[in-house]
Amino acid sequence: MEVLKIATAGSVDDGKSTLIGRLLYDTKSLTTDKIEAIEKSSKQKGYDYLDFSLATDGLVAEREQGITIDVAHIYFSTAKKSYIIADTPGHVEYTRNMVTGASTSQVSIILIDARKGVIEQTYRHFFINNLLRVKEVIVAINKMDLVDYSEEVYNKIKADFQALNAKSTFKEQNVSYIPLSAINGGNVVDKSENMTWYDGQTVLEHLEGLHSSDVFETGKARFPVQTVIRPKTEEYHDFRGYAGKLYGNSIKVGDAVTVLPSLTESKVSKIHFFDKTFDEAVAGSSITIELENDINVTRGDMIVKSSELPKIEKEITTTVCWMDSKKLVAGTKYIVQHNTNSVLAKVESIKNTISTDYSGTKEASQLAINEIGEVTIKLSKPLYFDAYNDNKSNGAFILIDTATNTTAGVGFIR
Amino acid sequence: MSSVLKTNALESEAIYIFREVISQFDKPVLLFSGGKDSITLVRLAQKAFFPAKIPFPLLHVDTGHNFPETIAFRDKLVEELGLELIVRNVQDAIDEGKVVEETGKYSSRNSLQTITLLDAIEEFKFDACIGGARRDEEKARAKERIFSVRDDFGQWDEKNQRPELFDILNGKIENGQNVRVFPISNWTELDVWSYIEKEHIEIPSIYFSHKRKVFLRDGLIWSHSPFVYQEEDEQIEERIVRFRTVGDMTCTAAVDSYAETIQEVVGEIRTSTISERGARIDDKRSEAAMEKRKQQGYF
Repeated sequence: MEVLKIATAGSVDDGKSTLIGRLLYDTKSLTTDKIEAIEKSSKQKGYDYLDFSLATDGLVAEREQGITIDVAHIYFSTAKKSYIIADTPGHVEYTRNMVTGASTSQVSIILIDARKGVIEQTYRHFFINNLLRVKEVIVAINKMDLVDYSEEVYNKIKADFQALNAKSTFKEQNVSYIPLSAINGGNVVDKSENMTWYDGQTVLEHLEGLHSSDVFETGKARFPVQTVIRPKTEEYHDFRGYAGKLYGNSIKVGDAVTVLPSLTESKVSKIHFFDKTFDEAVAGSSITIELENDINVTRGDMIVKSSELPKIEKEITTTVCWMDSKKLVAGTKYIVQHNTNSVLAKVESIKNTISTDYSGTKEASQLAINEIGEVTIKLSKPLYFDAYNDNKSNGAFILIDTATNTTAGVGFIR
Repeated sequence: MSSVLKTNALESEAIYIFREVISQFDKPVLLFSGGKDSITLVRLAQKAFFPAKIPFPLLHVDTGHNFPETIAFRDKLVEELGLELIVRNVQDAIDEGKVVEETGKYSSRNSLQTITLLDAIEEFKFDACIGGARRDEEKARAKERIFSVRDDFGQWDEKNQRPELFDILNGKIENGQNVRVFPISNWTELDVWSYIEKEHIEIPSIYFSHKRKVFLRDGLIWSHSPFVYQEEDEQIEERIVRFRTVGDMTCTAAVDSYAETIQEVVGEIRTSTISERGARIDDKRSEAAMEKRKQQGYF
């Protein structure tokens, strides 16, 4: 079955958890015991409606404060698709969580409170979806019940957002606008009877109609080698398979390939998946490849088609989103993890910070947590990469702090 | 005719995770409970490394209160696939006085498993423990990372988790720390059952409908067994039941069911309105029961 990953973004009180709860409730994905737990908890808190946010806010601290503080994953399915929602918090200090959620998602839902319209937070949410190149954006204009289901209000917000969309650098992005009332369920799964002026799709109808070609960008085939499989048994005495996940595009038996960084050339002789062999594998497959001749391939190497070599360089210009409380400053060493390749790296220079509200760049010499900026990085060994805008999977990397081992930032190669 | 591999996104993701584990860690282990999720993990590990054997052992933390069907199944599976199995017993920790057995109506060894697990991690110096937990199971698990770092004491610091971006998994840790790895994080209960059906994976007989001596308490069906505390007024009866989730006998309730085949089980899950962990007595203790256990090192 098709799996679609969705990231949600919104400010505090935009009703994000309520929208998710509503999606689950109206697709009958909430089980009786969960509904009972929600009813019990809502009653204890003295609410006169069902507080769906209780279905999604997982940690004790969140339940106490009534806010979402980390990415939570929520699952539901229809007869057509399986959906995974990465529920990310909307406060300005949690940019890192939003970037995290968007990095694994093909669709993004940006919540807007109809009473407040497009606000600074909306800019930030949209900016991150531009930067990460999330193909499908649904602008969910919520709380329409509190503005008398006014078509005027909807049109005004839509126009404001379209003005914002004009600033986007990612023109292939598809943006849709849906007026809804999550608390009453209007236009979430079922059509709202109060907004007959809206003849577009509901949120679920829109999601159901998306095809994988709408949400996945194709690029050049990239096969980062995870591990080498050598069974050393009698039956498979000479077996030498390169295991990894294929990105960007498909690969076929007989394809002329080049192994990086050695630039050794060969041909794909077999494509294995478990105990069967195939002539072709598509992007997203975890396969094991055998090559025609015996060459030295190890973890961290990358197999590509010989006609489609990536860039191979020891210095990269990147856009970095910083995620650590310890600031990023020039001269510091980090480990760059790019696909399966880990390389020691030094921050050469920080040029600026990029404002997430589309107001431009500011000269800067450091990046604090949740800041985004242009950073030049020098590597101890070359990376084999594409620009993020050309080939997503081969253009992103993480920076690992050498002292704490934490994932301190994420970068997008320009 | 040319054959194109059709990809199952969830299966592909799990295989990718297994391969990252073996590449990024020195001593991984697969935590095997004999339940359907860990059995599914074994199949995925087979696929990840074929034609080589699964390159790590299985660890079973045995409460001593397991269903005998589960233990027999475990031993058969290990034998068939030529795997290494390590068993550590909660009873030993009790005998050594490291933990105190709970008593009374709701007594269970479920939470005592944590100490035995942490001891085994230390004994074998495991740096990655692969588990079958899924994010859809329970709300604290919904926040869990795929590579989840635990400190020297096995504790989970849920507020300071490493962000996980794209497919990139950061398994770098310090000496003494370990990582819990969850390859089927993004699977739902139905995904697991559908996979078992499609792959013809064998599972213990208690997952299918059978006659069992049980008693009712708090609306749940409890197994009658010397391990399960029973009040005098709790009447034993015979019922046609099956188990949807398998922990040990003290913390897993049965459900009424006539599902005798895997197809019937999948059909039942599809239409069920009760969640899987609704039959987990251990989660009913409080709204934050799982989160508290996880902070202490439970997986």
